[in-house]
Amino acid sequence: MGRFRDMLEAGEFVITGEIAPPKGADLTPMHASVDLLAPHCDALNVTDNQGASLHLASLAASKAILDRGIEPIFQQTCRDRNRLALQSDLLAAWSLGLENVLIVTGDDPRAGDHPNAKGVFDLDSTQLAQVAVGLNEGHDMTGRELEGATGFYIGGAMFPEAEPWDVQLARTEQKMEAGIRFFQTQAVFDIGKLERAVEALRPLGAKLIAGVLVLRSPRVIDFVNNHLAGLMIPDAIAERIRGAENPAEEAIRLASEQVREIRQIADGVHVMPLGLDRAIGRILGEEE
Amino acid sequence: MIITKPRDWARIQANLESIGARRVFLMGCGQCATVAHTGGEEELREAAARLEGAGIEVTGRTVGEVTCHLNGTKLESRKHQAAIDAADAVLVLACGAGVQTTADAIPKPVFPGLESLFLGTVIRNGIFEERCQTCGDCVLDKTAGICPVTTCPKGLLNGPCGGMWDGMCEVLTDRECTHVRIRKRLSDQGRAGKGTLAPKDFSTALKPGSVNIRERKAE
Repeated sequence: MGRFRDMLEAGEFVITGEIAPPKGADLTPMHASVDLLAPHCDALNVTDNQGASLHLASLAASKAILDRGIEPIFQQTCRDRNRLALQSDLLAAWSLGLENVLIVTGDDPRAGDHPNAKGVFDLDSTQLAQVAVGLNEGHDMTGRELEGATGFYIGGAMFPEAEPWDVQLARTEQKMEAGIRFFQTQAVFDIGKLERAVEALRPLGAKLIAGVLVLRSPRVIDFVNNHLAGLMIPDAIAERIRGAENPAEEAIRLASEQVREIRQIADGVHVMPLGLDRAIGRILGEEE
Repeated sequence: MIITKPRDWARIQANLESIGARRVFLMGCGQCATVAHTGGEEELREAAARLEGAGIEVTGRTVGEVTCHLNGTKLESRKHQAAIDAADAVLVLACGAGVQTTADAIPKPVFPGLESLFLGTVIRNGIFEERCQTCGDCVLDKTAGICPVTTCPKGLLNGPCGGMWDGMCEVLTDRECTHVRIRKRLSDQGRAGKGTLAPKDFSTALKPGSVNIRERKAE
């Protein structure tokens, strides 16, 4: 493994996909999705209680994916665990052979299926990245030496379309200072803003993997606009999908156009097919 | 100040019924609960009317000067000794500290009449916002006097999170993101960015908090 890191650092364009662990203990449907995406992807992100809703742990699902010979990107949010649990899970991840970690804040519990939960947020994503760097250096966050260091490739999230941009840029630079090496972005709809982000961050050494969300139905558009934090779909794009005879087909066409543009700009593309896993080849422009 | 809201009336009634209380003494507070319009003279009058409407006799009532002050509340209760003696229970329209102080001062069943919400600022009369977690590890020096621990719903020291949209908060969508506000105010004052704040020391907020300035003076 370590191919994902090697490719990115060598300047090769990478393709990542996204896998949601099941809500339950049966991994069969997840593996069906993995089998569709994996042949087209260099690594697969494994989300951590995405949308603040209960799912099987990213740690176990990442390991299950690794066991099938596919490189996972283990996602860790700051929402559900305190600093002890975060560190012990990172150590566990490394011991299981997980080499990539994507560190994010996590949605607020009030957005999910356990709205009465206490959001932990003992550390924020910048602080957790610093902690992960420390584990790589062989010490815990109090500075105490570990029996065996980790060697994570540490990623974070950034939001090319976020405004005010100066705040978002400063935040991203702060994450880089903390030790984040690559960024996976929220879904990008404005290519101009993706260019703005790449121009600002590439000189600093950041690798930017741009997100593509497959807007397979008007219902998905409504969900994103009403429930997904930090993302709004522009009217022109929403109208294109809503007005299409076959919205799913139009969404695949739109996504493939976005991938084509992103290939010219970013260091990689992160595809969120939202169930249209079978179309991954077409989205990536590998199949007609 | 401590912001409170009235406790659900059905819960208060159930509390009183649980010990078969037919006669109640009412204790308010002249500080926060008076400003919050939850435990002043007027609210005690309303509570008394409501209790009497439910067939419960109110033996007396008083608004303690500072109900969370133990000696003050003992003194206040002595002034109303007969009315308290005649009561089966005391209903306290004050914050949780006031309720507990009253329970320490008066050897009768004491029940809360309010819910304690937060340590807040009076924006205008009747409008309160939470501003402080009393965390014991203040970062306001670095954050332009805006507390991210309290005013960011996630309590992030370093933000914004990915949910910020057009400078607005992900969770409280009608409010400007705390981290955007901090950055703006620092910049308006010509101050440098706050840099990356280290993880908080939560050992300073271990419960129960206790301070003894007499010991401090003796040192």
